[in-house]
Amino acid sequence: MLELDRLRIVQGAFVLEADLAVGRGSKVAVIGPSGAGKSTLLLAIAGMILPDSGRIRWDGMDLADTPPGKRPVTILFQDQNLFPHLSVADNVGLGLSPSLHLTVEDREAVDGALARTGLEGLGERKPGTLSGGQQSRVAIARALLRARPLMLLDEPFAALGPALKEEMLALVGSVAAETGATVLTVSHDPEDAIGFADEVILVANGVATPPSPTQALFADPPEALRDYLGAAGRKRL
Amino acid sequence: MADRAQPVSLGLRLLSGGAGAALLAFVLMPLIAVIAGAEGWPRLGPQDWAALRFTLSQAALSAGISVALGIPVARALARRRFPGRGLLVTLLGAPFLLPVIVAVNGLLAIFGRGGLVNDLLAAFGQDRVSVYGFGGVVLAHVFFNLPLSVRLLLQGWAAIPAERFRLAASLGFAPADVARHLEWPMLRALVPGLFATIFLICLTSFAVALTLGGGPRATTVELTIYQAFRFDFDLGRAAALGLVQLVLCAATALLAARLAVPSAFGAGLDRPVERWDSSGRLIRGTDAGLLGAASLFLLAPLAAVVAGGLPHLFDLPAPVWGAAVRSVQVAAVSTVLALGLALPIALAVSGRGGARWLEIAGMLPLATSALVAGTGFFLLLRGLAGPAALALPVTIGLNAMMALPFVLRAVIPSARDLQADYGRLADSLGMGGLARLRIVTLPRLRRPLGFAAGLTAALSMGDLGVIALFADEDHATLPMQLYRLMGAYRTEDAAGAALLLLLLSLGIFWLFDKGGRGDA
Repeated sequence: MLELDRLRIVQGAFVLEADLAVGRGSKVAVIGPSGAGKSTLLLAIAGMILPDSGRIRWDGMDLADTPPGKRPVTILFQDQNLFPHLSVADNVGLGLSPSLHLTVEDREAVDGALARTGLEGLGERKPGTLSGGQQSRVAIARALLRARPLMLLDEPFAALGPALKEEMLALVGSVAAETGATVLTVSHDPEDAIGFADEVILVANGVATPPSPTQALFADPPEALRDYLGAAGRKRL
Repeated sequence: MADRAQPVSLGLRLLSGGAGAALLAFVLMPLIAVIAGAEGWPRLGPQDWAALRFTLSQAALSAGISVALGIPVARALARRRFPGRGLLVTLLGAPFLLPVIVAVNGLLAIFGRGGLVNDLLAAFGQDRVSVYGFGGVVLAHVFFNLPLSVRLLLQGWAAIPAERFRLAASLGFAPADVARHLEWPMLRALVPGLFATIFLICLTSFAVALTLGGGPRATTVELTIYQAFRFDFDLGRAAALGLVQLVLCAATALLAARLAVPSAFGAGLDRPVERWDSSGRLIRGTDAGLLGAASLFLLAPLAAVVAGGLPHLFDLPAPVWGAAVRSVQVAAVSTVLALGLALPIALAVSGRGGARWLEIAGMLPLATSALVAGTGFFLLLRGLAGPAALALPVTIGLNAMMALPFVLRAVIPSARDLQADYGRLADSLGMGGLARLRIVTLPRLRRPLGFAAGLTAALSMGDLGVIALFADEDHATLPMQLYRLMGAYRTEDAAGAALLLLLLSLGIFWLFDKGGRGDA
């Protein structure tokens, strides 16, 4: 279980507070207006930003002193998820060994992950020669090998078209199901949330609300969500 | 605000701190030795005052001419497209790599007593003019700094958004209006820093004064230090003059640092902007004439070096080849040293909470001069070793140190980009230490590192500074050997050695730079 215990992040005039818990294995959408702090929340969990007060715990263990690479977390950023000078196989292999000292079994595992994500035979290519969707698959293949219990998605598929985005979320969903991972995904699009997530965290007005069940939340949106969706957005759903 | 859980790793902090401390010690210790050796504020004699006046006036005039000529040439280059434009822009970077003594050799072939210009004058029944003295020193400094001035000003022009020129065209601006509303504000911001930079370069320039200056009426402070040290072995006087030079340099460097100076290696110089205000026939003719004259001024001395040296390249005497081997070794060790210091500093500076003092320490060598540092090192180490034994180690160290500001300027922006683009990804994957260096940092920084290594090697290869202070026959580098041949009027050997030095300097730069580019 992920616990954010009276978490408070201050960056100049920007303040974000969170006091919530996310259950193991749930798929959670983090939605809210741009600039509200959705990415900040994920980056704090990943250890990229230090909170000013409060605790982040995973299964009761405080993560404050754990550096980003050692946290039980895999994060996919909005962009720059791959090293352009490394081959696809090496990019995936980094999920097993950050120093790329890969055993024969490791190499086999990399091939397996590539096959699992539909990238068979592309291991020797450089990321620059792949399509946007394939590049996303490489990052997902690495997440599969890292097999960390918490997957954070900071809009990694924002640049993809709607169909491709749905496909990637489905792939993430099945990878998460395989590894039993908890998924937190940031999104601008409420439809993503409804399609993918069982629960929603709303980030608005400096506060991240505890997760509520997706269907119930959109059926009877609280004021902050109504403001965010607007009249047109509500009608669309 | 805590922005990053892992700022700069402890290992890197120790390494960069060590590099910075070594650098500070290397810059400051000889200066302290000079200050101590000077025994109070020096009493300057009339000769010293003359040297001070000469130093300031030649630097001011050289900088003035370089900037004044640089403006119309850069303007012409900014608004013209023609085949070979990219090549010309690249060529403008070449004098930076060119050994001073080689350029002097080429300038003598064109402007010297028996050179082309004087032959022409004689053919028209005019008196031959001497290139030695004030005129020659300024000529050589303009040769070196006009290209720098043009490159930096061209960057200024490139920084004016293309949309601005489009707007000007739609409003019917004449060239004078464009100059007043677009170009003048840019120049006003850029020119003071540019002038101060070139002034500082001319202040500390030694090889030009050594070869083209001299005599009571054309001696710089830097040259006076050399004479006090080498001929009179009057260390107290050398230290006293060193203190004068130190104050002069530090004051100018402080001034230059306060003024904005863009880096000389900016991108985007190859991009001519669509201009509608300069299609008149007169303007086109003037621009063509300016660019032609500037190219001729830069290329003729180089062509003279190649043409004059080619017949003698293969029958150079053995000491020249020995000196060449020594120079390559000096360049190689200086390069390793400079990059070994620069890489941890650049990585630490580009990390979050980057150490600002390291960046400042890295620029410090710009404010010192080779002969002041050389004098200081001799004062520090004279109990341990004689001048000849010190010659090569001190030269290697100083060459590395003098190149460091340029290396850092080339590497730090790329290191910052690397950190911004891939720092988080590497952190999130738990990549650290040597693995990160091997898998991410070195491959991603290969290009700027290769360029910086080439720069250091070429600068070190062509350096004629502190080596002149210490070297004897057995420790001479190739530039030193060339200077001796010129002094002994062995013109043919000198011409061959000049070409050899030119080829080695450009070759070693090309090799490293190419290595950095990989196969691409």
